[in-house]
Amino acid sequence: MPSLFKQIQAGTIWDFHGGIHPPSRKQSTSQKPAAVMPLPDRLYIPLRQHIGVAGQLLVKTGERVLKGQPLTSADNSMTVPVHAPTSGTVLQITPHTSPHPSALPELTLVLEPDGLDEWREREPLNFASSDKMQLLNRIQESGIAGMGGAGFPTHLKTGVNQPVDYLIINAVECEPYITADDLLIQEAATTIVKGIDILCRLLNPKAVLIGIEDDKPIAAAAMMAACSQREHYYVREVPTKYPSGGEKQLIQLLTNKEVPNGRRPLDIGIVMQNVGTAFAIAQAVLDDHPLISRIVTVTGDTLSQPQNVIALLGTPVSDLLQYCGFQPEPVQRVIMGGPMMGFTLPDLSVPVVKTTNCILAPTAKEMPAPAQEMDCIRCSACADACPASLLPQQLLWYSKAKDTDKLKEYNLADCIECGACAYVCPSEIPLVQYYRVAKAELREQQREALKAEQAKARFEARNARLEREKQERLERNQQLAAARQQQQQASGANTAVVDALARIKAKQTQAAASEDERSKAQLQAERELKKQQAREYQQQKAKAAQQQADAEPSSVQQPSATAAVSDKASAVAAAIARAKAKKAAQQTEPADTDNTAAKSTDNADAQHQTDPRKAAIAAAIARAKAKQQTQQVQDATADNNAEPAGEVASPPPATESDPRKAAVAAALARAKAKKAQDSAKGNEQTEQVTSAQPAEPDEAGKSITGASEPTDKDTDPRKAAIAAAIARAKARKQADSEKS
Amino acid sequence: MTLLTALIAIGLLALLFGAVLGYAAIRFKVDSDPLVDQIDDILPQTQCGQCGYPGCKPYAQAIADGDDINKCPPGGEATIRKLADLLGVEAKPLNAAQTENVKRVAYIREDECIGCTKCIQACPVDAIVGASKLMHTVLVDECTGCDLCVEPCPVDCIDMIPLASTPERWKWDLAAIPVRMVE
Repeated sequence: MPSLFKQIQAGTIWDFHGGIHPPSRKQSTSQKPAAVMPLPDRLYIPLRQHIGVAGQLLVKTGERVLKGQPLTSADNSMTVPVHAPTSGTVLQITPHTSPHPSALPELTLVLEPDGLDEWREREPLNFASSDKMQLLNRIQESGIAGMGGAGFPTHLKTGVNQPVDYLIINAVECEPYITADDLLIQEAATTIVKGIDILCRLLNPKAVLIGIEDDKPIAAAAMMAACSQREHYYVREVPTKYPSGGEKQLIQLLTNKEVPNGRRPLDIGIVMQNVGTAFAIAQAVLDDHPLISRIVTVTGDTLSQPQNVIALLGTPVSDLLQYCGFQPEPVQRVIMGGPMMGFTLPDLSVPVVKTTNCILAPTAKEMPAPAQEMDCIRCSACADACPASLLPQQLLWYSKAKDTDKLKEYNLADCIECGACAYVCPSEIPLVQYYRVAKAELREQQREALKAEQAKARFEARNARLEREKQERLERNQQLAAARQQQQQASGANTAVVDALARIKAKQTQAAASEDERSKAQLQAERELKKQQAREYQQQKAKAAQQQADAEPSSVQQPSATAAVSDKASAVAAAIARAKAKKAAQQTEPADTDNTAAKSTDNADAQHQTDPRKAAIAAAIARAKAKQQTQQVQDATADNNAEPAGEVASPPPATESDPRKAAVAAALARAKAKKAQDSAKGNEQTEQVTSAQPAEPDEAGKSITGASEPTDKDTDPRKAAIAAAIARAKARKQADSEKS
Repeated sequence: MTLLTALIAIGLLALLFGAVLGYAAIRFKVDSDPLVDQIDDILPQTQCGQCGYPGCKPYAQAIADGDDINKCPPGGEATIRKLADLLGVEAKPLNAAQTENVKRVAYIREDECIGCTKCIQACPVDAIVGASKLMHTVLVDECTGCDLCVEPCPVDCIDMIPLASTPERWKWDLAAIPVRMVE
């Protein structure tokens, strides 16, 4: 058995499992030269056209940009920039429908071409004299990402350190209708080979295998001619079968190697690049021509001139279709990508991007709408067709059941979404769509798991931090306490000094006292004199008082008069207290209607409420009721209106169900509180009158509070009023919220 | 004599095994209950406290100690099913009335924020940045959508908004791609 390399050299082609043979329909475009699109009115350039993250914007709205000028920066390894496809003005930078099956808006730069097509300064590299880093940087800065469809940044794929046995150039283009790569090889085979040379320089492979499907004889011949000078470049014609252009399938076809589950081709020493990518690399390195245009197959029976078009990136699909003579049908579908793996566009303003290889506008006859999905009959045609050797029936089953564990077990992740299973299914089951949904679900779960792990780590880090801070605080406190203690001890040493000082002072005062003793006799004499003076003054005062008493004969009536005055004073005090309570109530409740209601209830209850204690209790009950009512979930507000205020004056608790009643009850509570205060005042007055004792006004105020204190602290009139006002406010709030 | 030999032999064996077991108990000591970690791995780690425990780990501990498995609204039915599988108990419906399971993240209306740092203290995963009397903002990528910051905000400037779907996170819509070729 000869070695693998010998076999490859000998031109052996292997086979992969499954595959289908759909009608290729490539003739309409493969024989025509590629046309160059005139400049469109607007270019829509999505800032992210590859797998990874978008770069930082370098331009502003209104700025003039030159052809080939980078619009975003390549600031990290997962970023490739986008460039201005022609010179013009940046109109706006706004979310625009993205060329993605979801059609979700993505940030897009809108460029208005000025028609001058003015290039920025270009500096082509001499690839023979430049080192690997320079080449890789140039590839990244030129915005090159895999042009076969995935859009993986090319500088990552080529800047690897692992040894590479085979570089495979994918020119298979197995999907029906698409001839973009075919045309590119026919027209620019020599440039492509230069691109392959650059790739070889970067990767240093043992051999280069160029896979072309055998239904493209012109392209294959062109490629062979271009490669005739390179001895380790092998052009291999593979039999036409879908999906032989898949990465793993082509590797199997050309090298008989299988990429292990969950690994990359690089792990088995293989790197694959699309032929379009090789062309873009050559342009970028040799001409400093960044990736600003690409060849796109515009085809379908609704077009009068289906052809390949060299279109600037950002050209709206509608412009491309118009250029090719688009005659839409009533319900026209336009598909981006091929008929097997493409997606229907939601509208035609979607631009051409780096990965767009085909725009398909078929007639309904050409590509009928999908028929009614039927039940799986377990014919296993899908399993026979599956190029990844999966079990599509089982996968369908588990996809429908959303059984992610089983889906993983059956290697759903290895599905390349080629759609061969759906193509062969006699029950018209769109199998691949189920797998796409399930794969998205799996990816989402993985993301979630990752996020959960991060959240857990952050949570634990936070807890650790809090714990640490607590410990630190504790330690600090202990340190402070220790420091204080030390200070105290130190000040204890100081006290000795203080004591000493105090002793000295005491001695000094003692000395002073001994001095005073000498003048004791003098002091005694002074004291005697003062006593004498005081006695004289008192005698004079007594005389004056007697004279005054004789002058006023009505002084006998004095006790009763003072009683009357004190009555008045206590009334005034009570009034002030009442006014204050009212004011407090009005501050929280400005509505007049409630006040009148309160007054009416005041009048109604005035006759049979005299005991202050009873009143206080009643007020408390009313308040409680009001509160209860506000807490209750109340229903209809319709029957509120009919209730007149007079009727509600004495509401029974059972019928209390609407906010208005609650408000009235609150008002009632306030009124009762007021009355309690009134009656307390009345009692005070009678007491004062009967006892006929003189009383100061502030004493009357005290006695009012004194009378209400024993019942409850809430019966303090002001407090009661405020509480009632609050209860009312609550009731109103609830009523409002119910209305809204 | 044979009896004595047998007794000695058995005794020696017993000593040997005892020593081996004793060593194994020390050498292969399990630090924590592996079940708790397994449960914790299933829980969504939002640290939202809706289960009544202060975080996912305490709830995992509680489940291991026999608490109900249906107290995790962010995890939803899927989590309950996994927990039921792990613990060999019957899956119960979610006890909370919360049925919607849309991913949400907190959003601070920044011009209304007064910089009180109350939400920062409430966030279990430190996903809010800001300082006293300075505007705060939420790190969307780190936010678990636990709602714990909404309540403490004195000016109610925190909204829970559904996470915008991006092309990466988009789940294929079955009706959207009716591409099929028939010949």
